[in-house]
Amino acid sequence: MTTTTVEAVNLGKRFKDTAALDGFDLSARSGTVLGLLGPNGAGKTTTVRILTTLLRFDTGSATVAGFDVARDARQVRRRIGLTGQQTAVDEVLTARQNLVLFGRLFRLTKARARERADRLLDQFGLQDAADRQAKGFSGGMKRRLDLAASMILAPQVLFLDEPTTGLDPAGRREVWDAVSGLAADGTTVVLTTHYLDEADRLCDRIAVIDHGRNLVDDTPSGLKRRMGADRLEIVAADPADLPALHAIVAAVADGETVTDEAASSVSAPVKESVAALTAAATSVRDQDLTVADIGLRRPTLDEAFLELIGTDTKEERR
Amino acid sequence: MTALAPLPDETFAGRVKWTLHDYRTIVGQEFTHLWRQPVNFLWQLGFPIVMVLLFVYVFGSAMDVTGQGAGVDYVAYAMPGLFAMTMAFGFMNTAWAVAEAKEKGFVDRVRSMPMASSAVVVGRNIADTLHAAIDLLVLFLIALAIGWRSEGTFWETLGAFVLLLWLRFALIWVGVWIGLLVKNVEQAGSLFALAFPFGMVSSVFTPPELMPGWLGAIAAWNPVSATATAIRELFGNPVAAGNSWPEQHALMAALIWPVVITAIFLPLAVRRFRNLGR
Ligand SMILES: Nc1ncnc2c1ncn2[C@@H]1O[C@H](COP(=O)(O)OP(=O)(O)OP(=O)(O)O)[C@@H](O)[C@H]1O
Ligand SMILES: [Mg+2]
Repeated sequence: MTTTTVEAVNLGKRFKDTAALDGFDLSARSGTVLGLLGPNGAGKTTTVRILTTLLRFDTGSATVAGFDVARDARQVRRRIGLTGQQTAVDEVLTARQNLVLFGRLFRLTKARARERADRLLDQFGLQDAADRQAKGFSGGMKRRLDLAASMILAPQVLFLDEPTTGLDPAGRREVWDAVSGLAADGTTVVLTTHYLDEADRLCDRIAVIDHGRNLVDDTPSGLKRRMGADRLEIVAADPADLPALHAIVAAVADGETVTDEAASSVSAPVKESVAALTAAATSVRDQDLTVADIGLRRPTLDEAFLELIGTDTKEERR
Repeated sequence: MTALAPLPDETFAGRVKWTLHDYRTIVGQEFTHLWRQPVNFLWQLGFPIVMVLLFVYVFGSAMDVTGQGAGVDYVAYAMPGLFAMTMAFGFMNTAWAVAEAKEKGFVDRVRSMPMASSAVVVGRNIADTLHAAIDLLVLFLIALAIGWRSEGTFWETLGAFVLLLWLRFALIWVGVWIGLLVKNVEQAGSLFALAFPFGMVSSVFTPPELMPGWLGAIAAWNPVSATATAIRELFGNPVAAGNSWPEQHALMAALIWPVVITAIFLPLAVRRFRNLGR
């Protein structure tokens, strides 16, 4: 089944003199996780606020779960969950009271709300702090409580604005597990993040936004592929060997071979990466050279991202 | 995790039922706040109590409001004024609470949920009115302790109590509107500069007659004065009313003013809430 659950076309939103969104398109298929990436001020939060009916927009159209965000806000609200960029829990209440309160506002019965609260407290590792006031929670604990609150109803579409900012590694893992679990059960997730490893791990597709416009919409591996081939890199143990290593790498290279004197390394893009690595390693041994390191470097999402944002900024300057 | 079915379609009767349910939930939340932070509650009462002590024991001895000499019957005059003033200043608590809920993102979360959108505003009002009733009871007890008495019948006394809440109820809309209007809690906090003259340029502590003409006119027409004068009549406390229409018809004015305030500020508050998404 490949229906589209979130669809935004040509969204435009101005705040006085800044165009937060400038013809932005977005679409997410049912049951997938869509990552929204972009530098600060790119328009991610604005997009999330529009899709969750919190903010009106100037141009374009958006549907969520088959309902028009502008005209059928009520229907949309019945099908979404939201964790905003800013933590939104009632700090006077305890963790449990918060979850029961939101459960009640989602129209669960008292018993059902308590049961849900209990499960979520467990799932997000808050059981020990369950009956303490949220005021005394650490930032990460508040964040987890906030996330739990948006998952009370296992919504059809879940929006998470920087869900793991400020969480420790264990907390991030809990969030990732919860998000993957919801997605596996059919929830469509739209999340914004600044962590590329998170996007790489969680998202089926990544949309990159900058200055309120689409830069790219692709799968994580597709994004990396755009960065081109793997690179073979040899780090010399003795800088005097660099010319010899240059020759070895050049022999298997599929492009320009670069010597980096400062790092004492030689690298080049390669096509058949494993064969190239084996061939180069054999040559190093045959010539009795000692090297500090030899290996394949795969482009990371960070590089893909920086490259994308970099070109965009350059275009801007022109 | 168990996926829950989306909410079933609602009929009109169902919507009414759920709306009431939402009001109750929000009111319940407010009362949990009260329960959890009794100290806050006492702080909010602190100001009127300090005012009582100041006016009754510090300035009161020099004030001749009844024309029978300085200090005579001042407690009987000032107490009802103080009740009215506490109700008048209460809107700041509302504004502060609303501004905080907005700043902390709580309002946004609630707006993205399928609950009745009026629940935040109406629930706030119900909770604050109930809160005010408790405030008033505590103040009554303090007043009784320092020698104030109601000379009115039980029903007149109760009527005065209701009139006070009536004023508070109307001003809550002002508080909600301002709370949604201000950028942050700090701004809501600085409202005191606005509220103070509104509370004080009135017949709360001094008869308007004793003020310069123009100021006296403002004080006489102040909604807080209308309520203060009306409850003085009901309590059988000294009135010291002038000749202006609201002073002569205090009871009527005390009934009408809150209607006027509600008629203006309820739509403003609701509209402001709806327009939060701009
Ligand atoms: N309420 C507002 N009033 C005025 N300008 C705003 C408002 N909200 C957002 N903006 C502007 O819109 C642009 C996009 O903001 P947005 O919050 O969507 O960025 P973001 O991608 O979420 O950034 P971040 O990564 O920092 O969270 C920014 O230039 C911002 O200054
Ligand atoms: Mg943001």
